[in-house]
Amino acid sequence: MKRAKWLVPTLYILFLMLPIYWLISMSFKTTNEILGAFSLWPREFTPDNYITIFTDPTWYNGYFNSLTYVVVNTLLSVSVALPAAYAFSRYRFLGDKHLFFWLLTNRMAPPAVFALPFFQLYSAVGLFDTPMAVALAHCLFNIPLAVWILEGFMSAVPKELDETAYVDGYSFWRFFIRIFLPTIAAGIGVVMFFTFMFSWVELLLAKTLTAVEAKPIAATMTRTASTSGYELGLLAAAGTLTIIPGAFVIYFVRHHIAKGFALGRV
Amino acid sequence: MIGKTTNQRAWFLVLPVVVLVAFNALIPLMTVVNYSVQETFGNNVFFFEGVKWFEQILHSERFHASLLRQLSFTGIILLIEIPLGVAIALAMPKRGPWVSVCLVLMALPLLIPWNVVGAMWNIFALPDIGLLGRMINGMGFDYNFTQQPLAAWFTTILMDVWHWTSLVVLLAYAGLSSIPDAYYQAARIDGASSWSVFRYIQLPKMKRVLTIAVLLRFMDSFMIYTEPFVLTGGGPGNATTFLSIDLVKIALGQFDLGPAAAMSLIYFLIILVLSWIFYTLMMRNEEQ
Repeated sequence: MKRAKWLVPTLYILFLMLPIYWLISMSFKTTNEILGAFSLWPREFTPDNYITIFTDPTWYNGYFNSLTYVVVNTLLSVSVALPAAYAFSRYRFLGDKHLFFWLLTNRMAPPAVFALPFFQLYSAVGLFDTPMAVALAHCLFNIPLAVWILEGFMSAVPKELDETAYVDGYSFWRFFIRIFLPTIAAGIGVVMFFTFMFSWVELLLAKTLTAVEAKPIAATMTRTASTSGYELGLLAAAGTLTIIPGAFVIYFVRHHIAKGFALGRV
Repeated sequence: MIGKTTNQRAWFLVLPVVVLVAFNALIPLMTVVNYSVQETFGNNVFFFEGVKWFEQILHSERFHASLLRQLSFTGIILLIEIPLGVAIALAMPKRGPWVSVCLVLMALPLLIPWNVVGAMWNIFALPDIGLLGRMINGMGFDYNFTQQPLAAWFTTILMDVWHWTSLVVLLAYAGLSSIPDAYYQAARIDGASSWSVFRYIQLPKMKRVLTIAVLLRFMDSFMIYTEPFVLTGGGPGNATTFLSIDLVKIALGQFDLGPAAAMSLIYFLIILVLSWIFYTLMMRNEEQ
């Protein structure tokens, strides 16, 4: 029984990898092969689908658009969430608990509810079809999440650290940037992982707020699938490429993630 | 929570967050409230209708059906993903080089855009070109998720389990790795069975992270839209039309803004109330 323990995670990972394998394998097949003969691996191996994506601007611009709003959103969310989380973890102030819960309720708002009003709001302020619109809109769920996680990390830091620094004559901001932020670096890494993740995978709002110029890659995929027949190989290749940024991010935070989870709230 | 000083100037620190979130939350919310009490015949002419749309939605069979489907879906995936995630976390190695490998591979589904998840499962499960579809049909079952409601449900649930169980695993694993080795040694000396180690040491230590896991999975599965929409389009028929899919159909498909807005508010309120119950339970746990 003890010896068979490794089987559980192994089988689970195998189950996780199967659909991903199928996607990657399909991305190297020709349309004929996909629709014609059923094969477990590409018989006529072709990189054509990837060549199409890397040479057609509507495809590779999609990647730039997605990465732009995700990075802007991550930096924006984390930088405004840091001081706020500090306030929640250290001070009592008028309406603090209500404010905290109100922030969390925004994490609970279904994007489907906000799709149409968001379209109208961002059209009215003239940001429609820009990566900035998506970056700002994703703040709706990413800022509350960032505050929530960071507050957990910060509360784990003893208050004596702050008091000693103030006695030593540090101003608030100097203490905050020079001493406090390095102390919770692991937490900031975990939060950036989560904000990146939720902004990268969300599509309903990103699709609603863009038309041509700022279209995210995932939306380009949907359009291709529906208009130019059913080019499954191309779709699979684009899908495979969307997995790569995520895989990179996980690789960089792999040591922090277990520790970070344990210290923080998420 | 102990040892906080009262400082009203802390408001300045939270101000940027409040401004940004309020811009994104309050203005659209007020737009929705505005639509929910009005009728329009186009050309931006609106008439006040009071609570007519709310009554209509609350009495509509269609809404009841979507809500029931949504509750069943959320209930089923919670019942599968939480125990499965805990079981996998318990079976993971505690330290060593394999931990990183496991965590990286397990986290992978979490970072795939949701419509890619749907598209991936579509081509994976199709009975003619998909590996899963071929396998199930090869075992002698008649399986076609684009035509059979039961098969569509099975595929949607399997997809969600594939997509999100890892989140539960990561959280549960984090909870487990915070248990000091001394606890296990003490249990071994006392001759505790593996069940009582789980019941009296591991489960209490995981309580907090598991509450978060339940809360996150509840909220996100209740809002699910993109994955089932890409996979099944809400069909066959209405078999997998969950609340968000139904809402988008009404709002953007039929452009019935009033009913859609009223439905949005009811929908939001349901999530809010259920999440508030989870949240207070969680806070009570933390205080203990």
